[in-house]
Amino acid sequence: MPAAASVRSALESAFRSAALGGIAALVLAVPLVGLETLDTPQGLGIAMRWDWVAKAVAIIVLGRLIIALWPAIPGTHLRIWVGVGLVTFIAIAADWWNGRPFRVDRLVAGLAVGLVLQAIVALRARFQSRNGREAVRSPAAIRLDRWLAVALIVCAALLPLTPLADRYIIDLGTTILIYVMLGWGLNVVVGLAGLLDLGYVAFYAVGAYSFALLARDFGLTFWECLPLAGFFAAMFGVLLGFPVLRLRGDYLAIVTLGFGEMIRIVLINFQAYTGGPNGVRSIPRPTFFGHPFTDFPEDGQVPFHQLFGIEYATFHRIAFLYYVILGLAALTFLFTERIRRLPVGRAWEALREDEVAARALGINPTNTKLTAFAIGAMFGGFAGAFFATRQGFISPESFTFIESAMVLAIVVLGGMGSQVGVAIAAVVLVVLPELGRGSVAALPGMFPEPAATVVRVALGLLPDFGIDLDLGRIRMLLFGGAMIAIMIWKPRGLLSRRDPSVALKVPVRAASGAGGQ
Amino acid sequence: MEYFVQQSINGLTLGAIYGLIAIGYTMVYGIIGMINFAHGEVFMIGAFIGVIMFTVLGLAGFGPVSVAIILVLLVSMVFTAAYGWTIERIAYRPLRGSFRLAPLISAIGMSIFLQNAVQLLQGARVKPLPAVVVGSIELMHADGFSVSISYIQILIISVTVALMVGLTLLVQRTSLGRAQRACEQDLTMAALVGVNVDRTISFTFVLGAALAAVAGVMVAMYYGVVDFFMGFVAGIKAFTAAVLGGIGSLPGAMLGGLIIGLVEAYWSAYFSIAYKDVAAFSILVLVLIFRPTGLLGRPDVEKV
Amino acid sequence: MSAPLLSVEHLTMRFGGLTAIDDLSLTADRGKITAIIGPNGAGKTTVFNCLTGFYKPSVGRLALNHEGGEFLLERMDDFRITQQARVARTFQNIRLFPGMTVVENLVVAQHNKLMRASGFTALGLIGWPSHRRAERAAIELAHGWLERIGLVDRANDEAGSLPYGDQRRLEIARAMCTDPVLLCLDEPAAGLNPRESAELNTLLRDMAAREGIGILLIEHDMSVVMGVSDRVIVLDYGRKISDGTPLEVRSDPAVIRAYLGEDYAAGAGA
Repeated sequence: MPAAASVRSALESAFRSAALGGIAALVLAVPLVGLETLDTPQGLGIAMRWDWVAKAVAIIVLGRLIIALWPAIPGTHLRIWVGVGLVTFIAIAADWWNGRPFRVDRLVAGLAVGLVLQAIVALRARFQSRNGREAVRSPAAIRLDRWLAVALIVCAALLPLTPLADRYIIDLGTTILIYVMLGWGLNVVVGLAGLLDLGYVAFYAVGAYSFALLARDFGLTFWECLPLAGFFAAMFGVLLGFPVLRLRGDYLAIVTLGFGEMIRIVLINFQAYTGGPNGVRSIPRPTFFGHPFTDFPEDGQVPFHQLFGIEYATFHRIAFLYYVILGLAALTFLFTERIRRLPVGRAWEALREDEVAARALGINPTNTKLTAFAIGAMFGGFAGAFFATRQGFISPESFTFIESAMVLAIVVLGGMGSQVGVAIAAVVLVVLPELGRGSVAALPGMFPEPAATVVRVALGLLPDFGIDLDLGRIRMLLFGGAMIAIMIWKPRGLLSRRDPSVALKVPVRAASGAGGQ
Repeated sequence: MEYFVQQSINGLTLGAIYGLIAIGYTMVYGIIGMINFAHGEVFMIGAFIGVIMFTVLGLAGFGPVSVAIILVLLVSMVFTAAYGWTIERIAYRPLRGSFRLAPLISAIGMSIFLQNAVQLLQGARVKPLPAVVVGSIELMHADGFSVSISYIQILIISVTVALMVGLTLLVQRTSLGRAQRACEQDLTMAALVGVNVDRTISFTFVLGAALAAVAGVMVAMYYGVVDFFMGFVAGIKAFTAAVLGGIGSLPGAMLGGLIIGLVEAYWSAYFSIAYKDVAAFSILVLVLIFRPTGLLGRPDVEKV
Repeated sequence: MSAPLLSVEHLTMRFGGLTAIDDLSLTADRGKITAIIGPNGAGKTTVFNCLTGFYKPSVGRLALNHEGGEFLLERMDDFRITQQARVARTFQNIRLFPGMTVVENLVVAQHNKLMRASGFTALGLIGWPSHRRAERAAIELAHGWLERIGLVDRANDEAGSLPYGDQRRLEIARAMCTDPVLLCLDEPAAGLNPRESAELNTLLRDMAAREGIGILLIEHDMSVVMGVSDRVIVLDYGRKISDGTPLEVRSDPAVIRAYLGEDYAAGAGA
């Protein structure tokens, strides 16, 4: 093989792609990065940021170079060291550029991270060679997963009882679970049925407002409203889906996108009922089956703490909310796991894979899609009702496109159709901005000691460009970018694995049998 | 009556802008069959670049207004076209032949990315632009109500007409336009007979972005404000215009844009200004129910 | 004498100015294999698309008769044609569900039966016995078909990972799982090697005899057409130019003219 020639051509094309990327980055960056509009008393002013442009171009050129050269690097181990080396180099170069002194800990971090990655790769290679590659996971692996899921649910259920649990942790846990539930609900629509719903927040809003208004105007309680909220959301789903689901898939995407925005406009302007931009206040808190969480009960009511003969604490209510959403999320999980294995679930997947073929098998496309859309909407409605009772106050500001985008990002990043992936993605996407509320530098402080050192060492690799990376502010930017990247490199999501809905128990005939392709 | 005429003028101005954006949707849909969700953001970027350029020229004390407008339009078109080109290269080209939802998800990801990038880079607040073109002509006067058309409205309508004529010539007379029409018919066949499909698709995105840039600059001049979220609703309305006119059809996009603009103007005038955005959306749903091929569109025959 | 399984009368299909099928009439019977042949672009696949409801014919009456009654296919939605009139089809360019497993592909095909057994999902959610029984039966049926097409070993693999010939057979088995009375096969032998193509012949004969279904077959491979067909219909430019047993059609001058041109026909006639 003419190695020298192929190396040269690889290099050539890599540099060409890097140069092209650099030119494009320069053109794109000049007006929007280089020039910043400032509000001054005399009107709009302009500030120049040519150093940012230079940095942006440098990052793009280097990035494209790495991406282009990556496949040309032989062997996983070499790739690890080239990658880690590059990151270390960029971190050190950024220090030098910004006139800061050289830091030895960056080299240490590079070495440490490289060794850890190498160990992981070596372990995985050993594990895989024993296991072999299978198109379908063995029953043992599926059982292991089940146990893992059960263990996770038990851990989640025990969390409020551990000493770790304070108000902040349980609140965060509740927020995570809302998004987990929304993610699982939307996953039915996007992941299983292959319908792109860009206005999922609309159903969340329908659920929240149904509960808030029913409670305000008719005095219904949370538990009475919950099924109604789900029902109304599902009805909205049917009304919206029916005209559109007959058409090409893309139309559904734009109609749901529009619907998400329209429902917000209606909520803002339909002041007589919705309170307009001021929202609905003093939504009743959930009660423990009629026993409120309060120190000052109304006449005839037995509050929760008296019922159990314990001292009053606000934590009870927070923990109770946590259990309610845990229960709702668990219900969503079990329901979707079950329905995926029913004929309607298989029909969803069939329509996603090939609608023409599915129709030729006698599957009614509109009705089947409509059930997926309505079920997804229903879970959105449940979550919305919970959101309303948790906050005690809702306004149209809680139901913007950002929310839809966030839930969609959870589904896409978690792997469309994969339940566990969606849960993990929800945890990451909710916790990420939470960590960045201060800034990245405060990250190690969030962990108990041995972990803090690990985080501190790993952070030595993070280049400091002299820009404050507030994760809370840039999270939507990251989500948007990640959605593109995932579609290009791992369209089935980072963690997606599909378990078949039915399996034929076949006696394995030969050891070399079915697995190989 | 006078009120009606005035609203019609306002509606036509608005419609011209929607039409210009709608052309970007319809061309991309015609050629690769996907909704470019990031197109509303491209329009927003065009508007921002326009405001930035006007501010730079203003601070530099640049003289003649007419030259400044032409300069800003051209600069915004060039830079915004670069955005259109890059979006296609990064987010759509690698996904040709991927599964059905992939380009749509990538497009919405790009839309979220651009919105937030502009918010972070230029700030979340509304950016004001002082009136560049002032003055108006009084057309009618009756019962104490005067009907007038402002110079900026004349500018918007005439620039749009000029661009439409130019676009029609481009698509019908030049080789690039021919290649584009060939790709619209059948991408694979066009490639087989030697059309450079990649370049044609890039050209389509560049053209759509340049037109959206013009729309963006003119909206900035017309309303005097821009913000990072303006592309969202404008995008939905322009897409509605494209669907109403028959997606894939250039005259349809313009016609749809005008109808949407007029409906919005009358709706705000006679019905409810608060619900004006709901008008366009209702049209979208109605068109999809009763005439999914639009006014000037061809029904597409499913190949099995 | 009872009505034929399928009778097509005066079928015409126009796309804009183009007439793809022009006043075509034909019949198909139970237990018989009817081949439709003709040069490329003769309108063969369009006939299938009209029969299975993917296109609405411009003119014509397409009647299908079975124990359940008479069905006018031109008035029905595509999925209802499979569901009620019990017409199934395969596609020229295979359309399996590539991300689902082989056995799932066969179970999906039994959708309507299983939907009823699962009480349209409600009973299935609570694990009702009738649903569980029906699902077991569906898997058994799938198992039976996998044995017939020799794919039991690959039952739990993704359908998209199968070799081409296996995918063709799986698509036929999937269509059969919808419990059809009429099966439309669009070039089932395309891309098969001679051994596979011979196996296909056996399978088709076997299906016509054992299940008693009528088979309509579009095929270019003449060894398949002549080997299995009871009757051959020849189309050219959307018109029927010949109709008869394989032997009759083979010596029909009109057919030779369509396939080989005017000179050959004249030569053969002389």
